Amino acid sequence: MTFRGKHLLGIEPLHPVEIITILDLADEYVGLNRASVKHADALTGLTQINMFFENSTRTQASFELAGMRLGADVMNMQMQASSIKKGETLIDTALTLNAMHPDLLVVRHPHSGAVDLLAQKVNCAVLNAGDGRHEHPTQALLDALTIRRSKGRLHRLNIAICGDIAHSRVARSNILLLGKMENRVRLVGPPTLIPSGAADWGVEVYDDMAKGLEGCDVVMMLRLQKERMDGGFIPSEREYYHRYGLDAGKLAHAKEDAIVMHPGPMNRGVEIDGTIADDINRSVIQEQVEMGVAVRMAAMDLLARNLRAEAA
Amino acid sequence: MTILFKNARLIDPEQGTDAPGWLLVSGGTITQAGTGPVPHSDEVVDCGGKCLAPGIVDIGVKVCEPGERHKESFRTAGLAAAAGGVTTMVTRADTVPAIDTPEVLEFVTRRAGEDSPVRIAPMAALTKGRAGREMVEIGFLLDAGAVAFSDGDTVTTDTKVLSRAFTYARSLDALVIAHPQEPGLSNGASVTSGKFAALKGLPAVSPMAERMGLDRDIALVEMTGVKYHADQITTRRALPALERAKKNGFDVTAGTSIHHLTLNLLDVGDFRTFFKIKPPLRSENDRLAIVEAVASGLIDTISSFHTPQDEESKRLPFEEAASGAVGLETLLPAAMQLYHAEMLSLPQLFRAMALNPAKRLGLPGGRLSAGAPADLVMFDPDAPFVLNRFEMLSKSKNTPFDGQRMQGRVLQTWVGGAKVFDAKG
Repeated sequence: MTFRGKHLLGIEPLHPVEIITILDLADEYVGLNRASVKHADALTGLTQINMFFENSTRTQASFELAGMRLGADVMNMQMQASSIKKGETLIDTALTLNAMHPDLLVVRHPHSGAVDLLAQKVNCAVLNAGDGRHEHPTQALLDALTIRRSKGRLHRLNIAICGDIAHSRVARSNILLLGKMENRVRLVGPPTLIPSGAADWGVEVYDDMAKGLEGCDVVMMLRLQKERMDGGFIPSEREYYHRYGLDAGKLAHAKEDAIVMHPGPMNRGVEIDGTIADDINRSVIQEQVEMGVAVRMAAMDLLARNLRAEAA
Repeated sequence: MTILFKNARLIDPEQGTDAPGWLLVSGGTITQAGTGPVPHSDEVVDCGGKCLAPGIVDIGVKVCEPGERHKESFRTAGLAAAAGGVTTMVTRADTVPAIDTPEVLEFVTRRAGEDSPVRIAPMAALTKGRAGREMVEIGFLLDAGAVAFSDGDTVTTDTKVLSRAFTYARSLDALVIAHPQEPGLSNGASVTSGKFAALKGLPAVSPMAERMGLDRDIALVEMTGVKYHADQITTRRALPALERAKKNGFDVTAGTSIHHLTLNLLDVGDFRTFFKIKPPLRSENDRLAIVEAVASGLIDTISSFHTPQDEESKRLPFEEAASGAVGLETLLPAAMQLYHAEMLSLPQLFRAMALNPAKRLGLPGGRLSAGAPADLVMFDPDAPFVLNRFEMLSKSKNTPFDGQRMQGRVLQTWVGGAKVFDAKG
């Protein structure tokens, strides 16, 4: 097993072997999470602080549960409500927390690169739970685990990532991870929501769903991030749904056994038809949530091992 | 009193020459340059074969007085300038408050006179409070000594206001310096769009926004006949518009920044905020095109766009961090990279850093010919060093060149025949 990092800031610095290490360990934790006694002691005695500078229910709950199941002392801090309003800088907040001797710091921030900056200023291990439009590594890892478990492999698959790529850190981390594992990645969406320069990433870009989904093994839908749009990316939600919303007709272009994924929360009737999302034969959306806890347990476990090795 | 600079390698941007010789200075003015037998003088400075060039005239220095003296003052900026071979700082008006009345301009001139060892040529704002609504008192400000009118990197979005300011400035033969940029496109952007920006998830602006801004400004120049200088041209696609404007005989010149000539957008790397400047760093293709445009003379001037920022303004997430880099002390060594890469000769560099800026602003310096003020920089273009930002004299240390191996050190700086800097202390 190999995992070198002190932090988990993004997929970009990870080696494929490290990705496999996290996924293999996460597989074991899936078993634990399904057992009647869901407890291990990998993080016993360690303090985990979840710092969320941006609203989150699902990711924060997932990290919290992951830490508790491994025996860590977990604290949640809603940063929007506290010192930020009083004008404290990110660095000051980091130094204050650092003085409390946490071991694991889980951070979400609305600005790209903010978690990297924070990691430079603290002594503990930092996990990026999403920074701006940059990266969301645990989401990409849980997606990878979901794909691997349902397709039996994580290479040479045709994977379409569809919708609001421009505002999505999930898309960036997934493109990096799936590329590293040698998959064929396609981006499908209206050109206004495809970042300029995306074609240079080693992906194929489509603005037509039917063509983009042709022969795909995996269809990954993204949430239309209405809160990040300051105007005029798409003409209307109904036109978006008509052209890019995933319904049975569009899904028919993908392979018969193609799976449907979504990082949640979903806008039903905007990017995805409710019946597709609920179709247990196609949709793995609930499984993604389950894998999320396991992947986060694995990531924190590995980081804690490196912390202990460093201290020893 | 006469001073002879002997045994020098004279860099004369007017003649385009780089040759051994001597220079005679009398009463603060250059009186003669030559080769061979040296004339008699009261004092002799042996240059030891090192370069002697006209002092740099740096258009667009932010001194931060009034308003932000914790970032830079006339004293620290002046010392930094002297150490960097800059003999005239053409200061920006984007202070707090903006330099938009003759009274504030007089404050600047007085403070500079008290504290700065190098010359100051102050710019004034083009609109009151740099708010883009009403033009400043261009006439009074000219009388008070303003050399040009500029709102800095703020774009006047109201084209009607700008056209009136241009028309009025034309009647007084005042020079207007603008920041060509389409403000709608560039709003909120912190890097240039493309693969790198998209991968890092940073808000980005298309390089085309610069050309759009320039196209608008040139149309207004055609309409009004104003004397116009674009502060920074940094993209390949803006160059044909500039070339056409010059060919059509409009009174248009353009500058660029040393950072855009020596760095590219990939230098931002992992969100390094010292590389956040305005306009943002460009692609390598753009950089090479701009270097070529300086060589051909299409781009007239090179400046440092010295913009001091304290640590607090930079130690923030990239999007929130302040823009700008200090440059007075690194302009010359950074320029030497282009010389050592054989992309620009020393006379070409000093044409863009000294002669052209002085000419454009109607200042007497920037040359080695008889009658010019003895504003001189003696430097060793080869001397290697590793830049340590904490050794810089500027009060703010936000340089993108920290830790970089550089070549080219200023040995002495002279202003009006008086030595204001000596590397030997």
